[in-house]
Amino acid sequence: MSELIPPFDWVTFLTEPWSAWYRDTTVRIVAMAFCVSAACGLTGVYLILRRLALMGDAISHSVLPGIALAALLSGTLTGPPILLGAIGAGLLTTWLIDAIHRHSRVKPDAATGIVFSALFALGVAMVTQYGGDLHLDAECVLFGNLAEVATQPGIPPALIQAAAVLVATALLIGAFYKELLVGAFDPTLASSMGIPARWVHHGLMAWLSVVVVTAFEAVGSIIVVAMLIIPGATALLLTDRLWKALLLTVLHAALSSVLGFHLGLWLDGNLPAAMVVAGLALFVLAWLASPTQGLLGRWMARWRLREELERGRAGR
Amino acid sequence: MSDPLPALEVHDLTVAYHKKPVLWGIDFQVPAGKLVGVVGPNGAGKSTLIKAAMGLLPLSSGWVQAFGAPLRDQRHRVGYVPQREEIDWDFPVNVMDVVLMGRYGKLGWLKRPGRRDREIARACLEKVRMLPYADRQISNLSGGQQQRVFLARALAQESDLYFMDEPFAGVDAATEEAIIGLLRELCREGRTVLVVHHDLASVPDYFDWLVLLNLRLVGCGPTTEMFTPAMLSKTYGGQLTVMTEVAQALAKNEALARETRH
Repeated sequence: MSELIPPFDWVTFLTEPWSAWYRDTTVRIVAMAFCVSAACGLTGVYLILRRLALMGDAISHSVLPGIALAALLSGTLTGPPILLGAIGAGLLTTWLIDAIHRHSRVKPDAATGIVFSALFALGVAMVTQYGGDLHLDAECVLFGNLAEVATQPGIPPALIQAAAVLVATALLIGAFYKELLVGAFDPTLASSMGIPARWVHHGLMAWLSVVVVTAFEAVGSIIVVAMLIIPGATALLLTDRLWKALLLTVLHAALSSVLGFHLGLWLDGNLPAAMVVAGLALFVLAWLASPTQGLLGRWMARWRLREELERGRAGR
Repeated sequence: MSDPLPALEVHDLTVAYHKKPVLWGIDFQVPAGKLVGVVGPNGAGKSTLIKAAMGLLPLSSGWVQAFGAPLRDQRHRVGYVPQREEIDWDFPVNVMDVVLMGRYGKLGWLKRPGRRDREIARACLEKVRMLPYADRQISNLSGGQQQRVFLARALAQESDLYFMDEPFAGVDAATEEAIIGLLRELCREGRTVLVVHHDLASVPDYFDWLVLLNLRLVGCGPTTEMFTPAMLSKTYGGQLTVMTEVAQALAKNEALARETRH
């Protein structure tokens, strides 16, 4: 066991990272993780509410050919060209899924499976063929490179982009709060009021592409899916109001970034993966102990009821 | 204060799913201020008709007008109550949030519901006697209470033409009574209400106008002219169980008519 779990040392893994010597690195990594996770989480809340959770999985893979094409054409790996490439690939994904299940007997879930895996494969082929000159490789695609922000001089551009995307996500949700709410809750009412459900859907998918591609470079295409779904799912276990769920999502992102950072240091493992494990721990905690729908509360209530019934029977 | 123009005019309306028509050449008019029942067997296209009339489905042919203008330009005058099964009751909204959605159509882009919208929402909740539940999450309500919340939302829309998809489904007798009272009040104010309805027995009690539907339009007119054995057997096409129900409803209707004559 002692080989599997490294010894825990309070100073090395909890206080030292925040000491003057390491603070800059720690803050950069945690801030990057928070921005990515919060932007993903906020967007993910709407995916969960619209029962499109797996669309996050699909888009996080199918943006790859868009990124690869944009990188080849522009010669860079960050900034607007990449975002545009991702949006294009994301919209192409939703359009293709729609077209396949509309014009054939293939059901939407199968259509999703066809489109995103095929586009991902196309992307992988492009990356392995041409990616060498662009520092874009399959490893980076799958696992991302969170520590990159620690090594860049000045304020790292990746962190600026992630922060900008987070701020823009919050602003977009604020601006279209009622359209997103009624569009997810009662699309028929939304359309009857002239809020076009189709455009809300495509807008959400386009924005999902932006969020995903920003997260992609930091945490990889698999961890992104966890960051899209776990924060919102946790928040929705804890509250019955949408705006509170959005705030709790951001809190979850912050907590899992910090906790996961320390967990990753301790276990000497992949940081984004450790953050997802920390996020999952928070989800399990909420699942057990949520004030309204926690398992513990339900068990307690059932146990109390049984006690009361027993007592009533004994009394009679 | 009834509008001289027909509240709803549907002309040659055909709707098809995957090339299979579910509504064929529907043609009818509904005068303003009527409480209209949309009646027909299962699969007759009743929900499809109101969705098409609201402009939510692509039409294979025909057009729909409300108050003499294309529906597209009259959206702010149209209100809607969905079928209960279409709603995700675990959605993170409370009763007040749902009723405020009724105000969204009156607000522009980027605008939030203001104090006046909240006042209107509260007044509408008071009308359906649901104000004490304003802070409840919607899954913590009985079926009747849920239906009343959606009625309050429709009232908050302050529309002239309402489409309601089975508002009496899964509702207790007291709530049904309360809802029909409110719908009659809406019609007295000159508003028009189209209700998809399943229970034939209550049709003559509730509605003063009927749209009989079975893929094609069977008939449209005052309940007294439409609720006859001939029209109903044409609508239901001799489905046995339904026909006994029809017979009972007709008998009850006749008894009722005799009572009122005496």
